[in-house]
Amino acid sequence: MTRVEAFLAGLWEFVVGDDWRTALGVVIALGLTALIADASIAAWWVTPVAVIAVLALSLRRAVRERP
Amino acid sequence: MSGAEIALALSVFLACAVEAVEALTIVLALGTTRSWSAALSGVAAAMLALAAIVAAFGPALTSLPIGLLRVLVGGLLLVFGLQWLRKAILRASGLKAKHDELETFNEETAAARMAGAAHRGFDGYAFTISFKGVLLEGLEVAFIVLTFGANQHHVALAAGAAGLAVLLVAAAGAAARAPLARVPENTMKLAVGVMLSSYGMFWGAEGAGASWPGDDASLLAIIPGVLAMAIAMTWTVRRTVSRAAVADLAATPVQPGDQAAVSA
Repeated sequence: MTRVEAFLAGLWEFVVGDDWRTALGVVIALGLTALIADASIAAWWVTPVAVIAVLALSLRRAVRERP
Repeated sequence: MSGAEIALALSVFLACAVEAVEALTIVLALGTTRSWSAALSGVAAAMLALAAIVAAFGPALTSLPIGLLRVLVGGLLLVFGLQWLRKAILRASGLKAKHDELETFNEETAAARMAGAAHRGFDGYAFTISFKGVLLEGLEVAFIVLTFGANQHHVALAAGAAGLAVLLVAAAGAAARAPLARVPENTMKLAVGVMLSSYGMFWGAEGAGASWPGDDASLLAIIPGVLAMAIAMTWTVRRTVSRAAVADLAATPVQPGDQAAVSA
């Protein structure tokens, strides 16, 4: 592994962590919030719903993958 | 000091204290087995590097437009917060081993002894491992200081809270001359996860264009709400795991020897 690859891998691990799907869920939730807010509809509820769903799914995966 | 400033200082203080406890264990192991001067030089060099990172990125972040800053910082804080919450819930449920400072200390001590005797003069091994340990543990704190501080335009307050946490942990470590194994790290990590997720959710949604009912006052509902969610999820995961363990035990065929032991 080159130094650049090692740096990128470290950066990925630092920002994204153990479960990349959680980070993807956050990005989708914020994008959805922006779309709904842009249409002048109340959008504050999107992130709380997304947080509950994303964390619950991540924990479910962890429970299923336990040794 | 306003409520938001107290919450900012408290979040940074807790996050920094947890990371400082972990860094202290590494430094103690190197100092006691190899060289205090090299280990402490490593600490000083890492602290300088972290201060330079905060000083370099702080002004750059605060100069971004507030909407862009909030959605970027909110999103990153939310990703970080959910990582902290996930780990804290898995540890509290028994699915992930709890951080054991004594065990880490013993491992670091054994590794330091295996690395061979220090050459005459400066101990490069103790310096490097100490520097890397403090820098890696501190990077996350530097990120939290930057994001929380830049968003509320209080980088100095956030840096002060982080500095206070480091001083207190260092003083406690110097007094105990042992790893701080009694610090309730998992509870502190859960608290940090709740704060990061709550602020990340709040700022991220605001940056994306949403308006929270009650504006800043909505945090008074968001923070307890996230805490309640984390407690409920911990309870659910713990229950699922214990039910699965009972089911696994019931499905295990009984060996003749086991039956004899039960009968006896």
